[in-house]
Amino acid sequence: MRGSVRRERVIAVPADAAWRVVTRAELLHLWFPGIVACAVEGDTRTITLGSGMSLPETLLTNDPLQRRFQYRIAGGLFAEHLGTIDVIALGDERCLVVYSSDADPATMAVVLGGATGSALEELARQLESGSGPVLDALATEATT
Amino acid sequence: MGRKILFITTDQQRYDTLGCNGGSLSRTPVVDALAARGVRYERAVPQSVVCMPSRSTMLTGQHPSTHGVWMNGVALPVDAPSVAAVLHQAGYRTALVGKPHFEPFLDPFGRFTENTLARDGLETAQTRWADGTIGPHRGFDHLEFATHSPAGNLHYARWMVEHHVEALGGFYAVLDKDLEVNADGGGDTGAPQVKVNPVERDWYHTDWVADRTIAWLDGLEADDDWFCWMSFPDPHHPWDPPASELGRVDWRDVPLPAGYPESAAERERILDDKPRHWRLWYDGELVSNYEAPTRWVPAAMTADQVREVNAVNAVEVELIDEAIGRVLAATSARGWDDDLDVVFTTDHGELQGDFGLLFKGPYHVDGLMRLPLVWRPAPSAGVASSVVSRPVGLVDLAPTFCAIAGLDAQPWMQGQALPGDDGDAEARGFERVLTEWDSELLGVGVHLRTITRDGWVCTTYRRGTVHDGTEGELYDLVADPLQQVNRWADPATKAIRDDLVADLHDHLPPVHSPRLPLEAPV
Repeated sequence: MRGSVRRERVIAVPADAAWRVVTRAELLHLWFPGIVACAVEGDTRTITLGSGMSLPETLLTNDPLQRRFQYRIAGGLFAEHLGTIDVIALGDERCLVVYSSDADPATMAVVLGGATGSALEELARQLESGSGPVLDALATEATT
Repeated sequence: MGRKILFITTDQQRYDTLGCNGGSLSRTPVVDALAARGVRYERAVPQSVVCMPSRSTMLTGQHPSTHGVWMNGVALPVDAPSVAAVLHQAGYRTALVGKPHFEPFLDPFGRFTENTLARDGLETAQTRWADGTIGPHRGFDHLEFATHSPAGNLHYARWMVEHHVEALGGFYAVLDKDLEVNADGGGDTGAPQVKVNPVERDWYHTDWVADRTIAWLDGLEADDDWFCWMSFPDPHHPWDPPASELGRVDWRDVPLPAGYPESAAERERILDDKPRHWRLWYDGELVSNYEAPTRWVPAAMTADQVREVNAVNAVEVELIDEAIGRVLAATSARGWDDDLDVVFTTDHGELQGDFGLLFKGPYHVDGLMRLPLVWRPAPSAGVASSVVSRPVGLVDLAPTFCAIAGLDAQPWMQGQALPGDDGDAEARGFERVLTEWDSELLGVGVHLRTITRDGWVCTTYRRGTVHDGTEGELYDLVADPLQQVNRWADPATKAIRDDLVADLHDHLPPVHSPRLPLEAPV
């Protein structure tokens, strides 16, 4: 059985600031609790979970005009998966980040939904406070 | 030196499975003896009929609306109030051995402390308490976890993998290959979630929980004050006790439960008198609770399957009783008899064939709501044995533990210490108990609020995806002990119904804000 779970969070930063983080696939583990490492090679990202499980993902969409990022977990416990992150501007100073998880089995959609909810909270915390591991990584990159 | 507390819980056990409560399938001499020397409660009611909210109520002394665990899969915040933390601060040694389930089990991201400390083999973790103190996780010095199977990373599973890996395949697989709750049948009748398990009895989780409890107790000093929550995963499904014990109860000799009308037409007539989600589930058209197998259709269950489930359940209940006996022998050998309080209960019941249904869900009837509860006060306290007929709740446990320890109930606790007899109950206003159900899973939302008072159970429905908010149930527990006649729409009981609904609304507990997110299915 297939399931679809959506989580969303209004974040008090411009949409471009959120998009700058979301679009950096290799930095996911710096704002997604429960993902301890990730590596990107071409359009493949491999994430390592807190339980030690590794999952290969295919990066599908990175559209800066719509600010939509999509990926698919390939294999593992999934017969089907699509992850979608949309960043929607709410004026100049706020944005809505929507993180959707479609999966078969539905059980995994619910599990992913819980994890993406906490990821959005962590993303908001770092962006709104102006500090945190993912912002540090971006700042380091900018100075080198 | 104060009184010591052994808090024993089982999972999903019916009131009528104990001999002291009139049950005849299982032999439960140990708990029966505790009841004979203590206080037996005839109307103990959970505040939720699923595990995580109910267990969170036991720990916090709060209703689900207030502690925030509104359905299975919602994690109790690490810094939620905890009676174990209160006892720890008062100098008690504290342990939880067995099934915790304050946090989701399905946790591939390793986000929840219960799973990570078990994975890492830790005894506890230092976390922040409700009062800001940094202390052992939820107030427990020692945590050692088990659940219904040896799958996963909990301590029991790791022990099985390390010592008896060859026995893992004998257990029922809780999830099927599609990660759905398994609907496969087994045993002699093909009953769902029944399996003949060749595991050695000593390796089964019931005995493991008792063994590990005894091991922890053995490490204590004689004059330590201690609080030990011994939490058996059984008799919750799957029903796969050690095969060596199945001969205790032959399912062919088991009478059908009083709540199971053998005629399909009669079952359907009764179900059609209730809000529509009852019949929808029976017909396999709606599942509102993750733990009920989506691919299982209750209407297809046979009478023999009901018999076999009840028989295997009874075996599991007997094994628990014997395990408790071993632990009590150990406490006795330490010379703790006079100062030991023992509280025995469960988190919620099991339909076990009532109305042609199994498992649990948004069904506020006795199968799920009438719980076994026995309190054997420490003999040194001089409390006379008694039977309490007035309603009490699991929300009353935390203040009871405080009272046993000589502590005031905490301001965040919403119940009060259990009464010693009906006179005490009347004097202290034990009049009503509330029970809640909320579930929102994969497009299905169901919301119930229930009051048990004056021999009636009254359930109101809030608007959801199945109900429009006008439905209800009203049962006369005396005249209709099986809750087969819904009097919600009966003009003769309208005044009673309206009074109960008003009383329910007047006593609804404060709501946790913000609403906690659903993290996993269970």
